[in-house]
Amino acid sequence: MITVKKLVKRFGPITVLRELDFNVNSGEFVALLGPNGAGKTTLLRILSSLMRPSSGFVQVASYRLPSQGASLRAKLGVVSHQPLLYGDLTAAENLKFFSKLYSIEPDRIPEILDLVGLLPRRDDLVRTFSRGMQQRLAIGRAILHNPTVLLLDEPHTGLDQAAGEILDKILQEVALEGRTVVMTSHDLVRSAELASRLVLLSKGKISSSVSTAGLDPVDLIDFYKTGLEGGRS
Amino acid sequence: MNAFLKSTGAIIWKDIKTEWRTRENLSAMLVFSLLVILIFNFALELDLRAQESLAGGVLWATFIFAGTIGLNRSMAVEKDRGCLDGLLLAPVDRSAIFVGKTIGNLFFMLVVEAIVLPLFSFLYGISLFQPGFLGVVLLGSIGYSAVGTLLATMVVQTRTRDILLPILLFPLTLPVVIAAVKASQGFIQLVPFEEISVWVNILIAYDLIFLSVAIMVFDYILEE
Amino acid sequence: MLEKPRLLTALDILSGLMVLIAAGLVFYYAPVEQMMGQVQKVFYFHVATAWVGMLGFMAAGVAGVQYLRTDNEKWDIAGLGSVEISLVFFMVAIIMGSIWARPIWNTWWTWDPRLTTAAIVELIYAAYLLLRSGLDDPGKRARFSAIYAIFGFFSVPLTFISIRLLRTIHPVVIGGAEAASQGGFNMDDPMKTAFFFSLAAFSVFFADLLWHRIRLGKLQSEVNTLRIQSYEKES
Repeated sequence: MITVKKLVKRFGPITVLRELDFNVNSGEFVALLGPNGAGKTTLLRILSSLMRPSSGFVQVASYRLPSQGASLRAKLGVVSHQPLLYGDLTAAENLKFFSKLYSIEPDRIPEILDLVGLLPRRDDLVRTFSRGMQQRLAIGRAILHNPTVLLLDEPHTGLDQAAGEILDKILQEVALEGRTVVMTSHDLVRSAELASRLVLLSKGKISSSVSTAGLDPVDLIDFYKTGLEGGRS
Repeated sequence: MNAFLKSTGAIIWKDIKTEWRTRENLSAMLVFSLLVILIFNFALELDLRAQESLAGGVLWATFIFAGTIGLNRSMAVEKDRGCLDGLLLAPVDRSAIFVGKTIGNLFFMLVVEAIVLPLFSFLYGISLFQPGFLGVVLLGSIGYSAVGTLLATMVVQTRTRDILLPILLFPLTLPVVIAAVKASQGFIQLVPFEEISVWVNILIAYDLIFLSVAIMVFDYILEE
Repeated sequence: MLEKPRLLTALDILSGLMVLIAAGLVFYYAPVEQMMGQVQKVFYFHVATAWVGMLGFMAAGVAGVQYLRTDNEKWDIAGLGSVEISLVFFMVAIIMGSIWARPIWNTWWTWDPRLTTAAIVELIYAAYLLLRSGLDDPGKRARFSAIYAIFGFFSVPLTFISIRLLRTIHPVVIGGAEAASQGGFNMDDPMKTAFFFSLAAFSVFFADLLWHRIRLGKLQSEVNTLRIQSYEKES
């Protein structure tokens, strides 16, 4: 579903991604971990067609990037740590606006609102929502057009325990529908619970990858630390 | 083509709806316009005879300054909540974003002008309701909004956001100012059309050239 | 490290020589003008430097288009260089114009079309530089500058035409009938030689400076890259 070979991204003299290789199979839920500045957000922005690679091969859902970015977007759902929502519109109006942009009928809106637990607040301005509620609506927006691939950039940022748990429940339901999900995160434990595979990004390259099936919490920290040292080459 | 029109329409509807909820931007533009006219009143000590020959200039100076406020805020909203990304992630043509935002900004500018013009008429006893004059206001506002929207999209990504827009915008929109003022004056003072037509032509030429260049170049502003 | 190309050294010498010869022509070959006297000689270099000042925004516009098409950094440096050089040259031209105008028109400044357009172009150059200073990402900076330069390229002629359609008191030097009454004058042959040679000399000078500036920009880039690489090696 996602194939990345020798991806390089430079900002002037600074190289953030150095010949990165990355693969995700259809239906997998991959958690992308790594220290700040490793390039997780950059990688995600390239996969979501918002950023162009400096060089390398990138293919998502059989669309080459950046040339076929426009076609990819119809199949892609993205949740960022910013809500990407209009505060002065209601929840329902926000979804109505995005359904027009994605050229789909607005009939799924009540169903989506119900899925993310916001149906009672459908006519409230997003400005009045808590951070947790905004993130939930953001997920609703991301799956509105039934995308095959879902990209999430640290979606749990700023959420309290309860809101985080609600978010997890939604994510698990959403992933069960057969979507391919890539989520960046700082939260090792949560990632291990949600994802089927953990991947570590360090210094612009993927340094290690491990399946979460049967993984002990103790192994987690180990995996992380050794992965980081491995990247230090 | 259909998708293009649909997304452009959606963006315009969204802008109008969000603005209507708070009317913050509109009120700011309106109040600012009236303040500018007030300042000009004292600064130029407009007496009854001088007023008519200066009306065009005062009006356009007002619109230009008020327009800057509207442009800045319109793009700042998109940038601050990351909404611009939301638009970019949708499968819409980038130019639809540009056209949609420009028409939205144009609409707000026209609303403010629609309120300021009768008020100005009333305060100074000059009749402004001739089709020629209103046509000039429209043409000038179109050119100004198009270049303004494009530059605002650039400027909102810089560090020196607020002050940079007027600095970049004003020198480039001088042909609009010059031609619009001359044409406006012509219509107000009932000068024969043959003398005004050259200015109207400049406005039309400006609008056509800059709209096309802006649409061609807009993609580059949004890519990373 | 980039070695200084021999052609560039040749261009240095050529432009230096041409400017010297131009000066010689202006002061010794061209006759002293009847009505204005020695101060008229400012005119040769004034027009030449103003011409270079105008070259800047045209070159930047072209460089802008080329940058967007090729994504090659050298076009960005070329655009920046053109603007920087022309900013200075236009300033020089305006000051020289003032020096000429004072004894002839009894004023330092007028709002006539050419002068006003010159002031506007200077402001566009300054705006261009301010835009660049507000952007840290090199890719964005280059793209936005290119776009602004393209807009300037279209806007300036339109502005000039608009202002010209108002009125002018700037001397119409080439073939104006009532030239003398406006403070202008007709040129005879030795003057024409000095004039066109000055134009040529300053154009060559502009090209020389621009080439140096592009080299400087490239060297800066290299230094930046090396510096970042050394930081990475340390950590």
